[in-house]
Amino acid sequence: MIPALLLVSMAVFMIIHLIPGDPAKNIAGPNATDEQLAALTRRFGLDKPLPVQYVTWLGNALRGDMGYSFINKYPVNTLIAQRVPATIELAFSAAIVAVLISFPLGILSALHPGSIFDFVTTLFSALSFGVPAFWVGIMLILLFGLQLRLLPPSGRPKFGEQPVQHLKSLIMPACTLGIALAAKLTRYLRSSMLDVLDQDYVRTARAKGLRERVVTLRHVLRNTLIPVITILGLQTGDLLSGAIIVESVFAWPGVGRLTLQAIGWRDYSLLQADVLYIVLAFMLINLLTDLVYGLVDPRIRYA
Amino acid sequence: MTVEVRETRRRQRIDTDEQPKGESLRRRSIRALLRHRSGMVGLVITLVLLVLALLAPAIAPYDELTMHAADRFHSPSATYLLGTDEFGRDILSRILIGARISFSVGFISVSIATALGVPIGLIAGYAGGWFDGVTMRFFDALLAFPAILLAIVIMAILGPGPFPAIMAIAIVNIPTFARLTRGNVFAEKEKDYVEAARAVGVRPRRIIFRTILPNVVSTQLVHMTVSAAAAILLEAALSYLGLGIPPPAPSWGSMVSIGQDYLRQAPWYGIFPGLAITSLVMGLYLLGDGLRDALDPRRQRLI
Repeated sequence: MIPALLLVSMAVFMIIHLIPGDPAKNIAGPNATDEQLAALTRRFGLDKPLPVQYVTWLGNALRGDMGYSFINKYPVNTLIAQRVPATIELAFSAAIVAVLISFPLGILSALHPGSIFDFVTTLFSALSFGVPAFWVGIMLILLFGLQLRLLPPSGRPKFGEQPVQHLKSLIMPACTLGIALAAKLTRYLRSSMLDVLDQDYVRTARAKGLRERVVTLRHVLRNTLIPVITILGLQTGDLLSGAIIVESVFAWPGVGRLTLQAIGWRDYSLLQADVLYIVLAFMLINLLTDLVYGLVDPRIRYA
Repeated sequence: MTVEVRETRRRQRIDTDEQPKGESLRRRSIRALLRHRSGMVGLVITLVLLVLALLAPAIAPYDELTMHAADRFHSPSATYLLGTDEFGRDILSRILIGARISFSVGFISVSIATALGVPIGLIAGYAGGWFDGVTMRFFDALLAFPAILLAIVIMAILGPGPFPAIMAIAIVNIPTFARLTRGNVFAEKEKDYVEAARAVGVRPRRIIFRTILPNVVSTQLVHMTVSAAAAILLEAALSYLGLGIPPPAPSWGSMVSIGQDYLRQAPWYGIFPGLAITSLVMGLYLLGDGLRDALDPRRQRLI
């Protein structure tokens, strides 16, 4: 973890230097004055050797100082913090959508292998691997936004001002992001449940005369859900990367869209901080999932 | 025939147990693939699209760049089967030529990732030690980035274009190829046939590339197919976000992106390129799935 963190920080640090052009101009933006450039050169020691610059930058970063956006002069931390709630809201709603789709589908297809549910599940997972999320989003916009005019095609009105419009605008992005996750979750749920159905304790439960419903709900479902919930956690990282694209489709003002906007604005100090925070969140989620996995399943232990 | 080759052959015979006399592992795998229903669907889709891509300049009804100013946003008709775009260019012709972009990006980037990732994985897995430690820590850091974010950052550094896109997608894929190979080698190097080769004094380089490599090729083949599907999807996403292959080149992703702007007046513009992406990615994915089953001796019997 620690070596990976150091390497990641070096990689993010190098963004400014790898992008063609003068690093000071890259940080300060194209409209920076000579005084601003001089101030930056002093602050980050841009005339010093790279390792020295890295240590200075890392020191600032560890104190939480990621610099200023030179497009609108705000600290980049403020700009990013403004975008975090939208991304969390989107990822959370997408997870709910995924659960609502995958649980019934996965459970029914495992209970009735070879049935129509099973066929739908297989088709759904094969399709969802090939369909690009951005195109799913656009098709939803076409159908529900433009043809039926039920939902706003893009944007995110403030909840405090237009609560109904806000929730309506959330539906399509959440479904777009949720569908991709639902396919994975369904496939996993189905195979996990088939495994459990094969266990001796299920046969025992049936042998002692329990009704099928009780066997399914109390013995099978409970044991299926433990690994599935963990997988759901594991996929949070995927939700985060999916959000980068989905936010762009719907002009959803989250952290992912900010990344692309930072590139478009050539606001590289903003890009650097944004990338660093996303990667840290990604790593943290993966670490937490590993730890939770160990708690849920006592057979797994980490040294 | 050298000792290790004979040893390899013997090993393969044992792994596939009751192999009919005179039938090679390769022929057996091909037969298994031909019996695999969804794998065959994937193979047919992929081959049809490949032939269309190869013949594209000959069969495309129009030149993909020629603008028919009088026929802007012409809806699908006998003259323009899939309609025209904002410059009156024929969308069918653009999709056909675009298939060449998708295939090339997928094929070249995965080839680069294989050519670099597999040898690194082989050496790291066999030799262990500092080489293993250094390369794997480095790949850990790369894997800490969500794939799409890493590709976005690399494209921001390299700038848009087909060559940068291929490089970015290759770089994203190298760690997974290396890790997969390394894992395979770990499992293989403890087996008797490697031990035997070592005992008769075969040099390490020969053991790695002549003894172990042939036994891990089938896993790589599956991984290459599935990675090509993911690579094509990633290129489409990058081009959709405006960071991949820029217009006027008919990349499917950028066609969907521009189509989104004209969704109201020309819905076909956004629909058809998306269908093209979906069918190619799904075809490759199903093919990879079929290959996995066909190349695995334990699963061959189930097909």
